Amino acid sequence: MQSYYKDENNVAMKLHFDVIKDDFSRAGEASSKIKNTLRQLAIDANLLRRIAIATYEAEINLVIHSFGGTIEVYIKPDCVEIYVEDCGPGIENVERAMTKGFSTATSIAREMGFGAGMGLPNMEKVSDEFAIESQLDIGTQIKMVVKY
Amino acid sequence: MKNYWHSVVLEKDYCNGCTHCLDRCPTQAIRIVDGKAKIIEARCIDCGECLRVCPYHAKGALVSNLEIIKNYKYTVALPAISFYGQFPLEYDMNTIYNGLLQLGFDEVYDTAHAAELLSVYENAMLDKEHIHKPLISTYCPVITRLIQIKYPALIDHIIKLESPMEIGARHVRKRLIAEGYKNEEIGIIYITPCPAKITSIKDPIGISKSNIDEAVSTEEIYYKLMKFIDKIVPEHQIQKSTGKGIGWARVGGQSYAMDIEDYIAVDGIEEVIKVLESMELGKLNSLDFFEGYACVNGCVGGPLNVENTFIGKNRIRKLAKQYGMDLPVKVDIKLTPDNMEWNLPIEPMPVFKLDKDFKRALEKMAKIEEYTQMLPGINCGACGAPNCRILAEDIVNGFAKIEDCKLRSK
Repeated sequence: MQSYYKDENNVAMKLHFDVIKDDFSRAGEASSKIKNTLRQLAIDANLLRRIAIATYEAEINLVIHSFGGTIEVYIKPDCVEIYVEDCGPGIENVERAMTKGFSTATSIAREMGFGAGMGLPNMEKVSDEFAIESQLDIGTQIKMVVKY
Repeated sequence: MKNYWHSVVLEKDYCNGCTHCLDRCPTQAIRIVDGKAKIIEARCIDCGECLRVCPYHAKGALVSNLEIIKNYKYTVALPAISFYGQFPLEYDMNTIYNGLLQLGFDEVYDTAHAAELLSVYENAMLDKEHIHKPLISTYCPVITRLIQIKYPALIDHIIKLESPMEIGARHVRKRLIAEGYKNEEIGIIYITPCPAKITSIKDPIGISKSNIDEAVSTEEIYYKLMKFIDKIVPEHQIQKSTGKGIGWARVGGQSYAMDIEDYIAVDGIEEVIKVLESMELGKLNSLDFFEGYACVNGCVGGPLNVENTFIGKNRIRKLAKQYGMDLPVKVDIKLTPDNMEWNLPIEPMPVFKLDKDFKRALEKMAKIEEYTQMLPGINCGACGAPNCRILAEDIVNGFAKIEDCKLRSK
């Protein structure tokens, strides 16, 4: 697996979104804005769909699992990079978290239809490059790259 | 990009430049320019929402009127399935169909029957393995156009089947030609509940030319029929659909007729958009079938109908029951791809793209962000654009200027 680093080279445009924890009513807003922006940029429909899935799953994870965090999108001439960072609590066992169907979502989140344990696996599946680093009590950082 | 023909039009004299339609347009296709609403054709999907909300009736649909039947030697009326829901239940549908003959048509074809045949064919398609699930119905042409312009990644999910009206028309035209009529002597006239169906006739998706020649509105036919409805003599048996076909007039009827379990049926364009958004995110991949309608309650809610959509829906429900929901469908048209399917691909129409060139699009996007920050963000519509963001886009595309913002100049 790749390591997490922010590549500031050749960034044509940056989008930045703050995501608040437990804010279920607004969950999905950031990814929807990202999708609408990219749609206007003449990005291929299937790439757009992959980016939409990656950012949506990341946003939902921030809402249900994190103490809050950010999603940054770097639009570059040859790819779109998505950086997701939160301020805790960190993932105990990243490998297990990446397993399909594994979830630590609360019963409240599950009742709302989230927490199927497919978030991280889906994010990896739609990305050409995927990096995740997490430290307990500090936070989690994810980088996803979708190439044109 | 090819411009396509539109049925929703604006009658400028009636428009007083209010902003009712601006905000309701699901594709942000309307601007108010010099005090009059203007439709950006490439973005319009003919849903008719603007037509429905306009308090001044300044928007209309380009329908033909009944006079048109004089242009043909032999005319066939093809009433929309929602036609069933327009008349009080004491009037028998077969009698009403006979009334159409008295109005001057030479023949009437029960479109609901084509729908029930289509249900049989459609059900068989679901079993094929290579399909993209969920399959999306094409019955409401607005939804197909919406997918073309906004959700091109879902085009592969569209079930490329003809609409009942087109199946009926193909069948009748073939028969008439076999009987010796020349193609141009035949006039197949659809009695339409909505502008989108007219567009499907004049500028179809999936086929190069429609077999239907003209569309007249349900409204016009209704008022003409009501004048002599008590005097109609039902000489011919025209009505032939069971309840399965009739049910297509309301949301969910198609799925019911297909006899499937795992489907969702959604009405109202805003709700359809929400579902398509989830579908694009892959949230509905296990679902078999999706039917979506721009109008509330489905085709009975069409803006060119007469009856209130909920009353119409209730009648459809009762009629479907009365004509039998479980009766076998009499298959009298061969269920072949030739008779039932589209043969042309569905092309994406990416009207929201700022520029074909990625770099140019990025530059424009950056400028749009800048202008958006300069605007008040209350989306009042006074500038003539539906919201501040769209005004920013119009400025960058050269269609508007920052001074158009009425609040900023104060």
